[in-house]
Amino acid sequence: MKKQQLSLKRILMYAALLIAAITFIYPFVWMIGASLAPLHEIGTMTLWPSHPSLENFRLMISKIPIGRSLINSLLVALFTTSLVLITGSTVGYALAKMQFKGRQLIFYIIVFTMSLPFQITLIPNYITMVNLHLVDTYFALIIPFAVSAFAILMFRQAFQGLPQALIDAARLDGCSEMGIIFRILWPNIKPTLVTVAILSFIGSWNEVLWPLIVIRNEQLMTMPQLVTLFAVGGRADSQLGVKIAAAVLLALPVMIAFLFFQKHFIQSMASTGLKD
Amino acid sequence: MNIGVEIKTKKIKRTYNKKWLPYLLVSPYLIFVIIFVVFPVLFCFFLTFNKWNIISPMKFIGIDNYSRLFHDRLFWKAIGNTLKFLLLHIPLQLIVSLLLAYLLNQKIKAASFFRASFFMPVIVSGVVVTILWQQLLGFDFGLINKMLMGLGVAKIGWLVDPDVAIYSIAVMATWKNVGLYVILFLVGLQTVPTQYYEAAKMEGATRWQQFYHITLPMINPTIFMVVILSTIGGFSLFIEPYIMTGGGPLNTTLSAVLYIYKQAFQYYNMGYSATLGFFYAIMIMTVVILQKKIIEKEV
Repeated sequence: MKKQQLSLKRILMYAALLIAAITFIYPFVWMIGASLAPLHEIGTMTLWPSHPSLENFRLMISKIPIGRSLINSLLVALFTTSLVLITGSTVGYALAKMQFKGRQLIFYIIVFTMSLPFQITLIPNYITMVNLHLVDTYFALIIPFAVSAFAILMFRQAFQGLPQALIDAARLDGCSEMGIIFRILWPNIKPTLVTVAILSFIGSWNEVLWPLIVIRNEQLMTMPQLVTLFAVGGRADSQLGVKIAAAVLLALPVMIAFLFFQKHFIQSMASTGLKD
Repeated sequence: MNIGVEIKTKKIKRTYNKKWLPYLLVSPYLIFVIIFVVFPVLFCFFLTFNKWNIISPMKFIGIDNYSRLFHDRLFWKAIGNTLKFLLLHIPLQLIVSLLLAYLLNQKIKAASFFRASFFMPVIVSGVVVTILWQQLLGFDFGLINKMLMGLGVAKIGWLVDPDVAIYSIAVMATWKNVGLYVILFLVGLQTVPTQYYEAAKMEGATRWQQFYHITLPMINPTIFMVVILSTIGGFSLFIEPYIMTGGGPLNTTLSAVLYIYKQAFQYYNMGYSATLGFFYAIMIMTVVILQKKIIEKEV
């Protein structure tokens, strides 16, 4: 009797989880199906079109420079991520493994800047970009994100966990400080590298407010920006299929990466919350 | 042998105690902070006393921007909208993510599949989620209204009814972020020692009693973290109303960030927009600090 009750409970639990999973997955599957469907079929609940075609994608390519924006987004995200890894580890290394005046102060500044809302710096940073003549350049998209307080703290913590002997031995061998950071220490903190890389790549890839502000030239727009302006600008009103196709193309790279590196993604994203 | 080592360590110390080296290493950060944090904050404060459209010269106008802000109905409406958004978003986020995490924590099979499916919207761009939900929430052709009509219920103006639109966006934002908080709660739940539950079971406590008297107090820190993170996220609401409604209907989904953006980049009121941003940032910090204070008291 008792066992039966328990299994009923478990069935209910699985049912609840399954319903939840469907609410999260169904819209994405529907979206991919709709992107392959002709316009008159899109409004329906059916998951897969009767005659799937790439017509919507073909139309999208003819209407907006989506390929160019894909390359822009990739370039920006790759450069931003590399810079965040480099600056994060050099600063984190100094804070973790070196004694110098002002170290504690810099640490507090980093913690403080992390809690500063971006709304306060948004307009002045735009004006800085105007004054430096960086509006409508890749630099405007990369430089303001090239140093991350969060990355510095992650690297600091990772380096603190490594034994000093590792560094001393490398110095004995005549290794430079840069060599120590990138050739001796980096291989020992792979999880941190992966976490910081994933977070800054996704952050850069999904950023949309800042590109909307500093990029006006359609050829330099990032993908989320281009898709946003396409969706808002009314060019897509009669072309629902194209709009959905654009959304699919924007989602696909991240979704594929997620399917392969699920665990890393989840652990990385969770660490942003757990740091606090 | 020993002496050799000692000499070598001394040599290391001499070569590597270069005083300038750590400063060189942290200099990229310091330069960055000066250009992108310290200067902007000061400049923002300076701008709040000026009228400026970027093209013509700046004009000092004293505290006019501030008095304008306090009389700006649209700005206060935007703040009100953001608060309405939070009022639904935070409790919903807490309940759904805690429930899903609690279920996942019951030695479930295929737990990683469920976890991944909840997490999918977290990593995808807000732009994608917004375009997707536009199709779900549309009035005439939206999938949810079609489902309602199939059940014989009247259509709801998810995005066109001024009393509903902001809450629709709050539900969508919850759908997007809940997976992250499920993970945070899972971590929190796993820190509760199983002996506590065993002891409670011996005393004859029901599941609900166990949850209420053991689980909830133990995961208090996670609950507070989720509240603070969703508060900060909610105050940054921008792209969802920007794409979905443009702030309408009747400005009921105009978020504070969207209003700041419009003031700066549609009307080119840089001074006034900076004032709004400055005031809003201080408001956010105050709310978060208050939340932290209340939390510390309770814990």
